[in-house]
Amino acid sequence: MPDSQKIIEIEVLRYNPESDKEPHLEVYKVPFSDDMSVLQGAQYIKDHFDGSLTFRWSCRMAICGSCGMMINGIPKLSCETFLRDYYPNRIRIEAMANFPIEKDLVVDLSGFIEKLESIQPYIIPREPRSLDQGEYIQSPEQFNAYIQFTSCINCTLCYAACPQFGLNPDFIGPAAIALLHRYNMDSRDGAAAERMELVAAEEGVFNCSAVGYCSEVCPKHVDPANAVNINKTNAAKDYFLRFLSPKGGSK
Amino acid sequence: MSKRRPYVRSMDGWWKKNPFYVEYMIHESTALFVAAYAFTLLVGLVRLGQGEAAWNGWLEAMKSPLSLIFHVVFLLAIMYHTYTWFKIMPITLPPIIVGGKKVSPGAITGSGLLAAVVASVFMLGLVWRIAQ
Ligand code: SF4
Ligand code: FES
Repeated sequence: MPDSQKIIEIEVLRYNPESDKEPHLEVYKVPFSDDMSVLQGAQYIKDHFDGSLTFRWSCRMAICGSCGMMINGIPKLSCETFLRDYYPNRIRIEAMANFPIEKDLVVDLSGFIEKLESIQPYIIPREPRSLDQGEYIQSPEQFNAYIQFTSCINCTLCYAACPQFGLNPDFIGPAAIALLHRYNMDSRDGAAAERMELVAAEEGVFNCSAVGYCSEVCPKHVDPANAVNINKTNAAKDYFLRFLSPKGGSK
Repeated sequence: MSKRRPYVRSMDGWWKKNPFYVEYMIHESTALFVAAYAFTLLVGLVRLGQGEAAWNGWLEAMKSPLSLIFHVVFLLAIMYHTYTWFKIMPITLPPIIVGGKKVSPGAITGSGLLAAVVASVFMLGLVWRIAQ
């Protein structure tokens, strides 16, 4: 190790469900170079100091969505956040906020996965269509109506940013509602009325108080807050239209 | 037997943990000033209905130094509320397409603020003329 080697202190929130009553902080002194991400910092700790440090990662290029952490209190992808931007200060990494901690930096995402399933994240065709009718034709306008909401990588940083989800873990939350909106806005889909039941439900969009931090932290510019708030308007419209027409959305 | 024991962190004092949340709490609480001022005007209306003496009493109360200080405080709080209200407006609206392009968040916030300024100047002018 050359003398000029820079060393950064990384403080990690550790939690071992088998031995710890509650999480605690531990500090590691990590030698680093300017091209090292926070994820690589964690990997260094795992390789050199404590092999039991647990965290998720895969792609190292901000596309798989598995390496989210609280970095100095802010939800970020650790693979696209660099140690050099924090040096010489100490950096603190913790499991994503608002989720139960499974072990160290790994959170329990099962609730999120259930929510993703619940919104029927697939195209439910408007009408039956046979193969010989050929492909669907979509205009650029129709495509633009939903493309932004397809960019989500399920990193759940938006959930870590959402105090309403922290206060009520049943809230379907930003990313699942953004995906719901993505299918509702697709000209091939005809299930918006079916999904409305969930939008307007107790765990639906009205949990949102427009804090807006979810859109701020989203690494893919999905703007989930926008999807949630548009669906507040949609739910309100659906509610009032039901008085006018017997075939309103939800039951 | 499962060794799982997921740890749920407390939400106590959540809004103090991030400057973004602190700002959110401030801008939400400035709504109270909007409500309080609407209430003040409502009291004025009730006093007006109670006759000339009551109305003049209310007017006098409005002119007291304490009331003037409150007015300045209310004005600042309501201006801040207006600013943040339009700042989050882009996330609450469906996309607005003009000339085939999506209107930018900055343009939405800007037009909202402009509308607020124009409306305020108009009201000020109107009240000014009536007061002459
Ligand atoms: S909406 Fe953005 S922040 Fe939320 S899960 Fe998807 S990519 Fe991540
Ligand atoms: S490791 Fe895949 S997003 Fe960071």
